[in-house]
Amino acid sequence: MTTASIPSRTAPTGFALRRLRDLAIVATAFGVVLGTTIFARADTTLLNVSYDPTREFYKEVNQAFAAEWKAKTGETVTIRASHGGSGKQARSVIDGLDADVVTLALAADIDAIAKTTSKIPADWQKRLPHNSSPYTSTILFLVKKGNPKGITDWGDLVKPGVEVITPNPKTSGGARWNYLAAWAWAAKTYGGDDAKVRAYVTELFRHVPVLDTGARGSTTTFAQRGLGDVLLAWENEAYLVFDEFGAGKFDIVVPPYSILAEPPVALVDGNVDAKGTRRQAEAFLAFLYSETGQSLAAKHHYRPSRPEAVDKALLDRFPKVELISIDDPLFGGWTKAQAFHFGDGGTFDQLYKPAR
Amino acid sequence: MATGETFPLDPPRPRALPVPPPIGETAMARRLLVAAAVLFLALILALPLAGVFTEGLRKGWGAWLAAFADPDARAAIRLTLLVAAISVPANLVFGVAAAWAITRFSFPGRNLLVTLIDLPFSVSPVVSGLVFVLLFGANGLVGPFLKAQGIQVIFAVPGLVLATIFVTFPFVARELIPIMQAQGAADEEAALTLGASGWTIFTRVTLPNIKWGLLYGVLLCNARAMGEFGAVSVVSGHIRGLTNTVPLQVEILYNEYDFVGAFAIASALAVLALVTLVLKTFLEWRYGDELARSARH
Repeated sequence: MTTASIPSRTAPTGFALRRLRDLAIVATAFGVVLGTTIFARADTTLLNVSYDPTREFYKEVNQAFAAEWKAKTGETVTIRASHGGSGKQARSVIDGLDADVVTLALAADIDAIAKTTSKIPADWQKRLPHNSSPYTSTILFLVKKGNPKGITDWGDLVKPGVEVITPNPKTSGGARWNYLAAWAWAAKTYGGDDAKVRAYVTELFRHVPVLDTGARGSTTTFAQRGLGDVLLAWENEAYLVFDEFGAGKFDIVVPPYSILAEPPVALVDGNVDAKGTRRQAEAFLAFLYSETGQSLAAKHHYRPSRPEAVDKALLDRFPKVELISIDDPLFGGWTKAQAFHFGDGGTFDQLYKPAR
Repeated sequence: MATGETFPLDPPRPRALPVPPPIGETAMARRLLVAAAVLFLALILALPLAGVFTEGLRKGWGAWLAAFADPDARAAIRLTLLVAAISVPANLVFGVAAAWAITRFSFPGRNLLVTLIDLPFSVSPVVSGLVFVLLFGANGLVGPFLKAQGIQVIFAVPGLVLATIFVTFPFVARELIPIMQAQGAADEEAALTLGASGWTIFTRVTLPNIKWGLLYGVLLCNARAMGEFGAVSVVSGHIRGLTNTVPLQVEILYNEYDFVGAFAIASALAVLALVTLVLKTFLEWRYGDELARSARH
């Protein structure tokens, strides 16, 4: 088929010349792209590795802190953010993601970083006020407009025909709070009858059609794809959907009893010392406890740890719920709860059977 | 084409019964088949593509353009271009070398090499990404050593490039091997007997013979390099404005309820695909004489 390439001496040369010119143009373009990527760097850059539903909150915090830091020190600081399921994010930091600060969904995930690397000291949670949690949250229900399935409390979630949306407790911090809140409600309702508690939790997860890896994935599944009847959601996430999709499509249901979720923050000592950013990173964490930081938290529906620093009108928006702490004897703190419920062979592994 | 013209009427041979057509379909069946193919294409290809553009333009051109003014989106586009600019040439060189070696020489382990080239096609992209985490992660095989030298591979540009190279590895070689096998080594052998050196044979004989196949391979390789999601997602670390490529940025925007932004950026990826097609057509038109001589594609 191909025979005539060799005899024609002139045409390939012209072709080669044209090709050479094209190559030069392309190479120059690559050079420009490469150059701009490498040299477009700010003075100091902090990396905040956070969990899923904090995107909007930290977007504002990052800007406010950068502005304050600039006014105070004259130094330009850029805060980069990475968001994902809390467990997955902790895994990334363990695998070498260069975080200056971690702001995750639960203490167990920061414990995991402290345990497997030497980058965070074991007593990290004592270093900042309020268990290193500048804001707290709780778990509420988001249902379709008018609450057609009549869901008002945890017991209603296992009624026939109710589909529950919650992420996977193995990868999502929010999902672990959901799980423990359900556990706590059952323990209270059945007076600590272990068999009944387990039966309730088993039944609950039979009503879950999909387990997403992160809270935001579950929210999209429920709000955008329209799956399920009720979403177990972070308080802030429930309000975000409410604001984002308009009040016409969803209702927020506040159960009378839920869990006090403490999403903690920590400095990653190993990384800030390697990068020389300790001063800025510490200031960033302190900023979360400042009046501005606390007000921004309240604005994004996180319950501020220092309510006295926040305008009362913002505080009045939080519904009253009876909350149980992770340090309650029922759970005995995160280290114990993590191993008992979510470790390999823990209660979640024992009880979880996919939806029928 | 030829068969279609011969069978309907064949007057020189009078027969009582019409000759059954060599291909069994009636005109009706053929029309139905074509209609089915067109319908299938419309449903599977055209409709989703149109959906991307309508969703991206739902709030008008202003909102569409605004999606590209976002610094994170710009950074994602720059990063994707950079990753493709490194991984496509790397795979171009590798693909030509591998195809050359496999089709022109016989050596022990040749079949193994052919199988290995296909490996990235059969391995799930998530696994491809995790392999690099295992190798270059902070607790990986070589990660700690590199970290001590101040080199960050994973959760940085090098990791993204490595994962992309791995995933797009087979495209060029896979495109070239059948072409070069079909052509055989006769041209090269002739050039050798005329006294051409190895390099001359390659640039004057082999390359002109394979250039359209090569272009195909590079275009496919580039499309995948820019569109890859799974492997890149694992090694990215998702740092905004730094390690998010365009597909990852699309996911982020979608998860932040910015559907117009997500589909605006996605439509840019679609435009890129269309531009590659146009570019390929243009090259074929511009170098049409070359194309005819090489009698390929």
